[in-house]
Amino acid sequence: MISLSHFLVLGGILFCLSVAGIFLNRKNVIILLMSIELMLLAVNMNFVAFAHFHGDTAGQIFVFFILTVAAAEAAIGLAILITLFRNRRTINVGELDNLSG
Amino acid sequence: MDKVYLILALSPLVGAIIAGLFGKKIGRSGAHWVTNIGVAISFVLSLVVFNHIVLNDAPTYNATVYQWLLSDGINFEVGFLVDELTATMLIVVTFVSLMVHIYTIGYMRDDPGYQRFFSYISLFTFSMLMLVMANNFMQLFFGWEAVGLVSYLLIGFWYKKPTAIYANLKAFLVNRVGDFGFLLGIAAILMYFGSLDYAQVFAGAEGHANTTIEIFPGVEWSLMTVVCILLFIGAMGKSAQVPLHVWLPDSMEGPTPISALIHAATMVTAGIFMVSRMSPLFEWSETALSVVLVIGAITALFMAFLGLIQNDIKRVVAYSTLSQLGYMTVALGVSAYSAAMFHLMTHAFFKALLFLAAGSVIMAMHHEQDMRKMGGLRKHMPITYWTALMGSLALMGIPPFSGFFSKDTIIEAVGASTIAGSGFAYFAVVVGVFITALYSMRLLFLTFHGKPRMDEHTLSHVKESPKVVTIPLILLAIPSVFAGWLALKGMPFGDYFGDSIVIFDQHNGLAIAKEMHQGDPWHFLTHSIMTLPFWLVIAGIATAWVLYVAKPEWPGRIKDRLSIVHRILDNAYGIDRLYYVVFVKGSQLLGKGFSSVGDAKLIDGIMVNGMANSIGRFAGVARRMQTGFLYHYAFAMIIGLLVLVGWFVLK
Amino acid sequence: MAIEPVLFYFFAIVLVAASAAVITVPNSVHAVLFLVLAFFTSAGLWLLLEAEFLAITLVLVYVGAVMVLFLFVVMMLDINVEPTREGFIKNLPIGIIVALIMMVEIVLVVWPNFGLQSYGAPVPHAANYSNTKELGYVLYTVYLYAFELAAAILLLAIVAAIMLTLRRRPNSKYQDPGQQVLARKADRLRIVKMESSPRSAPGSNPGEES
Repeated sequence: MISLSHFLVLGGILFCLSVAGIFLNRKNVIILLMSIELMLLAVNMNFVAFAHFHGDTAGQIFVFFILTVAAAEAAIGLAILITLFRNRRTINVGELDNLSG
Repeated sequence: MDKVYLILALSPLVGAIIAGLFGKKIGRSGAHWVTNIGVAISFVLSLVVFNHIVLNDAPTYNATVYQWLLSDGINFEVGFLVDELTATMLIVVTFVSLMVHIYTIGYMRDDPGYQRFFSYISLFTFSMLMLVMANNFMQLFFGWEAVGLVSYLLIGFWYKKPTAIYANLKAFLVNRVGDFGFLLGIAAILMYFGSLDYAQVFAGAEGHANTTIEIFPGVEWSLMTVVCILLFIGAMGKSAQVPLHVWLPDSMEGPTPISALIHAATMVTAGIFMVSRMSPLFEWSETALSVVLVIGAITALFMAFLGLIQNDIKRVVAYSTLSQLGYMTVALGVSAYSAAMFHLMTHAFFKALLFLAAGSVIMAMHHEQDMRKMGGLRKHMPITYWTALMGSLALMGIPPFSGFFSKDTIIEAVGASTIAGSGFAYFAVVVGVFITALYSMRLLFLTFHGKPRMDEHTLSHVKESPKVVTIPLILLAIPSVFAGWLALKGMPFGDYFGDSIVIFDQHNGLAIAKEMHQGDPWHFLTHSIMTLPFWLVIAGIATAWVLYVAKPEWPGRIKDRLSIVHRILDNAYGIDRLYYVVFVKGSQLLGKGFSSVGDAKLIDGIMVNGMANSIGRFAGVARRMQTGFLYHYAFAMIIGLLVLVGWFVLK
Repeated sequence: MAIEPVLFYFFAIVLVAASAAVITVPNSVHAVLFLVLAFFTSAGLWLLLEAEFLAITLVLVYVGAVMVLFLFVVMMLDINVEPTREGFIKNLPIGIIVALIMMVEIVLVVWPNFGLQSYGAPVPHAANYSNTKELGYVLYTVYLYAFELAAAILLLAIVAAIMLTLRRRPNSKYQDPGQQVLARKADRLRIVKMESSPRSAPGSNPGEES
């Protein structure tokens, strides 16, 4: 029988993969954004699983809002990415150090 | 009576405030009227109080007027303790103050700071009244500091005169030294007795008679000795005892009424009054009494010598004041508190008289103070002359003038005392009598007798001072003559002071002296004529006559022969020089050391700039962490997450 | 043998594989496509969890809109992939180690605490149960304000995205209706006074006068 732990571990695996993705592709902003999407997916997975096993819709509502915010975030993130590319002709994070003190 | 005490203390304050803050509005005459009336009210009420407490034998009044604050069980309050001691001081203070107020109208007539001056002296009167009426150490200290402040203001009254400014600074600083000891004494009392109230402290004195304290490790001192000596250091500052006497001669830079009121009659006697008030404490420490005795004896003798060579008329009187304060201190040292108070009272009258007379002369001489340029003034200023003569006779101790009784009482008490140092003290006071007579007569002869030595112009203008000046002189001359005779039986030898002064039997020299003549003035007089001091006075007068009238060329010759002695005296034993080298130079050196090492290196170098530098260095390191690279921030977040989850695991 | 474990493990394996591919493939377009696959399999898993509405939303909104946006951007931008790949091999060991440590920690926390013994399998809903209806009911009552906020956030995102990417091209031509409305007759029409001369030759040259 599939228990809550299965889903949580699956979420954990997804999360770790996205973390590894941030590590591995630290120069490529697009992959970074996708890793973040994956991370959110992992979290959503946990929420849905909890909602199911608790018999409570609050978790699903939460996922709903996360999806909303994630969509907004993706839209703005990509907009920034386009502006960035227009100005700098690159999306290489290694060249973006304007924040450096 | 509560209201009487309150009005008594506050009316000079009201006068001072009105004259000080609204001086321009009320004008000159308004200023002197308001202050004179304020002090006159105080004087009249002092008489009422005297009548009430002393003559009608009313019980001691001891009550709190106002509670200032209560902190950790310690009460800070304003309160009045009125007993025989206070009543006597009230009379002396308000009477002399009133006389000086009246005198000032004439003396300061042409001064631009007229209103300011009246405001100050009224403020002084208020401070002095607060001091003597205090029933706790806090208020005592308030009065103590307030009179010191007013003294400072008044010595520097002519603030455009550099010497006056130096003098008031000096007075202030020297008094700080004394006040520091005084404050420490009060702190010690507060620490061990847990109260600032006189009654409670005195009641607790017996319980602490054998308490010892350890200030330096391994050295145990009796608590009472430490406390008493600390308090006496305060008295040394205010009452100008060696070695804290240096400010008093210089304080003569102030106007003459001030010299009379503050630096002769009242403020400088605050130390004497304070020690008398603290007699229940001092009696417990023979060591402290010995210290008091020796300090007083040194002051009495050596300051008298300095009076011999001064040419400034006010300085002669100033050194005589120092010497007389020494006498009072000696009396305190042999537990003859009542004799000290007796001498304090008579001295207040005749010394104020002498100063005012000197002021009168100075006025007539157009503010010339050098006695070498005077002479022969007797004919031109008869009232001044006769009153000054009475003051001088009282000062020298010629019977039956007041000073004779008070001084001889002291000498007898010292002679009867067995406390350590009393032998030296006896020698000092007896020799002092001779010197006193010598310089007093020198002053009189140089000023009033002989040929006029001033220029023609000044001589033609010399005339007797106006009535506002001479009337106080006459009024002061009356008690200078009679106060001793009247008060002898009661004050030093009777139980005039009642419970306000405590004397242990083993110290009571006065009691021995009393057995000889029962305190009867006539007996006392006839008895004293047989003793050495009287003949020393006569000898002193004779010597002075020889030196300054009969053979006026002798003093110059003596001066040449004993030029070393003269130089020493002229430099006042080099004490000023010593203080300059040790304290002024020393503190300059110390200050330089602090400034270069403490301030520049330690505070600026390590603390201030060092802190800024270390923050800068830290920021330089911390800045590297802010690379601006996105993945570094992400990495930091992930590490944080890792640690957080790890914490959950381990939990 | 129930079908759920089979489906779960199938979807789970595909999901993990797709995710792994997302972060490792060099080509961004491929990565996006693998991400789409991951979302699809997630939707399948959510169906297993009886979250039908969210599963459909994930496919419709995420795959249909967001992922297409990603693809769009990736394809639109002419990205030189090579420099962004540098450091991949170098970072591989540390990335794997960090991920593994985190994985171990998560498993240690999760596995023993959330098994069936503590959270039993819930009773399946009846066949006529509507997850959408249920969510809608809650969303428009209890979470109404949050819902409105979410709408505002989306609006904000739209405005922000447009503002960020909008740029004025200096030589492009466009109409300005505001300016058009403000135009007056005097701006456009000029009346020229001229003599009418019907007597003269009617066919003569009137254009000369203007």
